[in-house]
Amino acid sequence: MAHTISRRDFLRLSGASCAAALAPSILAGCARPKVDENVIKVGVMGPYSGEVAQYGLAVRSGVELFVKQLNAAGGINGKRIELDIQDEKGDATEAVNVYYKMMEDGVVAIIGDVTSTPSIAVAQASLRDNMPLVSGSATAPDLIKYGHNTFRTCITDPFQGRVMADFAAKQGYKVVGTIYNSGGDYEVGVNDAFVRRAQEKGIQISRQEGYAAGDVDFKAQLTSIIATKPDAILSPNYYQDDGKIVTQARELGFKGAFLGADGWANIVGGEQEYASAADLEGCFYDSSFVSANDAANVQDFIRAFNDEFHEQPTNFCALGYDAAMIMFDAIRRVEEGGARPSETEAYRAGIIDAIATGHVEGVTGAISFEGTGDPVKSTLIITFENGVEKIFDTISS
Amino acid sequence: MTFLTQVLNGLQLGSIYALVALGYTMVYGIILLLNFAHGDIIMVGAYISWVAMASLGLHPAIAVVLSIGGCALLGVLIDKVAYAPLRNAPRLSILITAIGVSYFLENGAQLVFGADAKVVPAFVDAPNIVVGDAHVSVIAVITIVVTAVSTAVLTFLVQRTKLGRAMRAVSEDMGAARLMGINVNTTISFTFAVGSALAGIGAILYSMAYAQATPTMGIMLGTKAFVAAVLGGIGSIPGAVIGGLLVGFAEVLVSAIGLSVWKDAVVFALLIIVLIVRPTGILGRTMNEKV
Repeated sequence: MAHTISRRDFLRLSGASCAAALAPSILAGCARPKVDENVIKVGVMGPYSGEVAQYGLAVRSGVELFVKQLNAAGGINGKRIELDIQDEKGDATEAVNVYYKMMEDGVVAIIGDVTSTPSIAVAQASLRDNMPLVSGSATAPDLIKYGHNTFRTCITDPFQGRVMADFAAKQGYKVVGTIYNSGGDYEVGVNDAFVRRAQEKGIQISRQEGYAAGDVDFKAQLTSIIATKPDAILSPNYYQDDGKIVTQARELGFKGAFLGADGWANIVGGEQEYASAADLEGCFYDSSFVSANDAANVQDFIRAFNDEFHEQPTNFCALGYDAAMIMFDAIRRVEEGGARPSETEAYRAGIIDAIATGHVEGVTGAISFEGTGDPVKSTLIITFENGVEKIFDTISS
Repeated sequence: MTFLTQVLNGLQLGSIYALVALGYTMVYGIILLLNFAHGDIIMVGAYISWVAMASLGLHPAIAVVLSIGGCALLGVLIDKVAYAPLRNAPRLSILITAIGVSYFLENGAQLVFGADAKVVPAFVDAPNIVVGDAHVSVIAVITIVVTAVSTAVLTFLVQRTKLGRAMRAVSEDMGAARLMGINVNTTISFTFAVGSALAGIGAILYSMAYAQATPTMGIMLGTKAFVAAVLGGIGSIPGAVIGGLLVGFAEVLVSAIGLSVWKDAVVFALLIIVLIVRPTGILGRTMNEKV
């Protein structure tokens, strides 16, 4: 006899099993999180799926590497670090939900968020709880203006523009033209700050040319810029565009310098070379992390990262590593001061104060804070020699 | 000197548009199909060049042959698989199919090659020709010459050869051509092969100039070339060339006066104006005048 289950039975059965499956989690949700004094629980949020997942995953790998090393070295004050990692899918609403979930989980601090818009949403939501927040990669200037609990370890877009303008003045450039994607927040942010600072320094901005995302032919704009006989051209765009701009400008006979920002990272050294070695001579960009950095801590980081993930760390991996470094340096000092995670509010306030007075030698440069959530950190000026990246100068702010 | 350089920029850009517009015009002239996958055939051509030179390390000349041959073959294949079964269906069905083929090629390329740009190695390694102050790029000169030669060969093919006469006959009246003993399917396949071979040449010129292949590179290029073909009068060979150059020069002019952000808007505004003032395009006289 064939045994069949009627639809009603099936529904009843599945309803019962769902309830059974959910019951423990509902009960757990109701209970106040039990604080284990031997564990320090820190939240890590970022986009691990969706359109900007590449950045979230890179930052997360840096954080995970740091915590793995820290736990291997005995943790902090004999306590093990436990990460509460949650995906916010690059969405501001989702990020706030994740934030409340982490509050429920009883984290003492959060490393995140990754991109600017959700980071700002979390910064606003976390204000009331005085939750320590350290973002490794959100560059929007507004992020740190909501409360004193929010910090970042990366430099902002306007900061990069000013660094490159100072560099241009130092190099003795008198006339500079710019070409940038006028539809991108990043490109516009760097370009505008560069232009303002350069003019203050007495550099003549001979021509500013915009272009639209997806453009491939920049020759008309470059011809106009080159006609003003500039000493240098600023191209603060992402590497695929920068590669075309440099190549086309050289084709038009431009022999001067090119200036860029950290969007240039990856223009060479990866699977693809976006401009030829000859064309890249005399190009400079600023970045906080480059694998060509000989500093011992940077090389150690690259080696450890390779061992762990079997790939080269990007700028975002390094920024995640440094965000974790700042955070756990602060937690270590709070622990040494005798604070207990069970007294959550005092513990969190202690972490915020400790971050504000912190100073670490990160793999993206020395990082400290001077009264705001923006880091005071050194930046590298990178140039190319035979198509290979090389540090030209170190700028400390 | 700046003026001369800008003229050259316009000629180079316009030549690429013209070559792509020729492919649109050829196919439209014969079976009244706007082959929206045409831009994506160029994308495939660029990837063939990349695979041939960067992955397999072949000589640029072989890469050129493979790209052109591969595109011609792909064009014929697309016709046989996607368009031929719909020969007697309403024109809207075949148009939608063309859009489907376009998406298929774009997403297929993204699946196979990934979303990031691939750098196509240089085909020629020649220094600029320096005339006084101006640098004349060898690539720009090659682009302009190749387009001129392609147009001449195409005109000869359509006007002076037996196959060309068959194409014109099919274009006039498919049924009557069949009654006169012309193999319509062979003629249409041949048209797709020629049109797509032009796309292959376009792919090489594009890769020479911009050196990057991405899955979506054909969309804007195809759209601009379509505008060029309509501007010049779709179905007309000299019209496609004039339209292409017009679009190229319009873009360079707008950029040169410092309004580069507006250049796409200007090109499409130009299309709207031409469609209002002269709906058949610059050289399109009557709707029966094709190829």
